[in-house]
Amino acid sequence: MYTDKVMDHFSNPRNVGEIDKASGIGEVGNAKCGDIMRIYLDVEDNKIKDIKFKTFGCGAAIATSSMVTEMVKGKTIDEALEVTNKAVAEALGGLPPAKMHCSNLAADALHKAIEDYKSK
Amino acid sequence: MRRVYMDHSATTPVRSEVAQLVTGYFTETFGNASSVHAYGRDARKGVENAREQIASLIKAKPEEIFFTSGGTEADNMAIIGTVMANRDKGKHIITTQIEHHAVLDTCHYLEKQGFEVTYLPVSDDANIDLNQLKNAIREDTILITIMHVNNEVGTILPIKEVGQIAKEKNIILHVDAVQSFGKIPIDVNEMNIDLLSASGHKIYAPKGIGCLYLRKGIKLSPLFFGGSQERKRRPGTENVPGIVGFGLAAELAGKEMEAESIRLTMLRDKLIDGILEKIPESQLNGSRTKRLPGHVNVSLRYIEGESLLLMLDMKGIAASSGSACTSGSLDPSHVLMAMGICHEIAHGSLRLTLGKINTEGDIDYVLEVLPEIVEKLRSMSPLFNSMQIENREECSKCTLTK
Ligand SMILES: Cc1ncc(COP(=O)(O)O)c(C=O)c1O
Ligand code: FES
Repeated sequence: MYTDKVMDHFSNPRNVGEIDKASGIGEVGNAKCGDIMRIYLDVEDNKIKDIKFKTFGCGAAIATSSMVTEMVKGKTIDEALEVTNKAVAEALGGLPPAKMHCSNLAADALHKAIEDYKSK
Repeated sequence: MRRVYMDHSATTPVRSEVAQLVTGYFTETFGNASSVHAYGRDARKGVENAREQIASLIKAKPEEIFFTSGGTEADNMAIIGTVMANRDKGKHIITTQIEHHAVLDTCHYLEKQGFEVTYLPVSDDANIDLNQLKNAIREDTILITIMHVNNEVGTILPIKEVGQIAKEKNIILHVDAVQSFGKIPIDVNEMNIDLLSASGHKIYAPKGIGCLYLRKGIKLSPLFFGGSQERKRRPGTENVPGIVGFGLAAELAGKEMEAESIRLTMLRDKLIDGILEKIPESQLNGSRTKRLPGHVNVSLRYIEGESLLLMLDMKGIAASSGSACTSGSLDPSHVLMAMGICHEIAHGSLRLTLGKINTEGDIDYVLEVLPEIVEKLRSMSPLFNSMQIENREECSKCTLTK
């Protein structure tokens, strides 16, 4: 049901964890099934120097969290803001239709973390 | 890699004796059981023999057994057939909130047709309150339909007591026994059961075969129309290979029941105790004592069931979960919700159901692998803070020493 890419990110998730004194933190809950995703940013010179995530959710939710962190690590804030939910799902080689809502979490959590950073 | 199948409540492998018998009915004894020639007569003999094997397992008469395509059809046939045949007597049905969807969705359908349904609530270990059942009975109640064993949490419901109440009030009782048939004793007379559903693929027979027991004298409107098979109650050319396989599986289940239930109860308790001991913040779902042998359902806090199942699968372990993320509807299990278990804990539910092929080595393997997986997933979970647990343990320790 999941692509190899999803299974790869699920079984070896990149950038799991938390960041002490993060520049921005974004948390979103999934209204549909009740899952939670949190993203921590370490921003320096407008660039995402480090990014970590913690996720309570299904295989797709963990894989999309991992993928989104990989996609934006080292990127500028503006570049990161351009990452969409769709792009994350595509980078994973697609998700089953019933799991598309899980990919919404990842980009939303990232954008929230950026908002949090900007508001500081 | 070691492979461990612990999802016997979902389905079971066909046992070799049954597979062998069934194959012969596909290739050699392939006749239509309604035909007059030898091919037909041989097939008929197989069908009638199976009917006896099944009837004797639940102390029914062979002519009270009607073959169906499985548990779902038997449930539909029993419930719709009974209320349609008794609609002049009333329009009220009593069931529980924890039935299988084959019963619940049938009741929802009947509500749309003008029937009224009471869904009895359950306790935190998925049992019903007999007083609530008594109080729910009305003048116009025509059917009580309650499951024997819950498929998700393994609780055994007090069917004998329900049967007593139904008999006193002269109300028809249907029991979905898909999870108990062939595993724990059933006596339709002692338990006052009027209709009972069973399914082959839960007891090492093929998928797509089941039966309905219908007590002699109970009226039932058919759902299907056509030939005169199954005495017109269920027309359609009989699934002879499935039927003979189901018959043999039932007979063998009866013979092995006592020894197998002792063995599975021991393995089950070892697995439950091991999980509760090795994994902090875990809990058993369902009754500890009134529980199907071989049925384990636990909740492991702070983690989600689907990711747990995927990780177990990578280690060769097959299990299931009541997590919202594993259900097509993205709703958590209606059974866990009815038991008053919160969303978050339902998310971390894990069902491990044991069967013939499981050994003590399988239990040891799960107890070795599961704690590591839980730890890995908890380390990824934003809900889990390892500090929290240490603190809590300290607290409980110091209250103990005080
Ligand atoms: C309690 C219960 N009732 C009914 C069914 C449906 O049986 P079948 O798969 O044979 O249609 C099941 C199977 O999952 C079950 O567990
Ligand atoms: S997080 Fe619940 S379905 Fe993906």
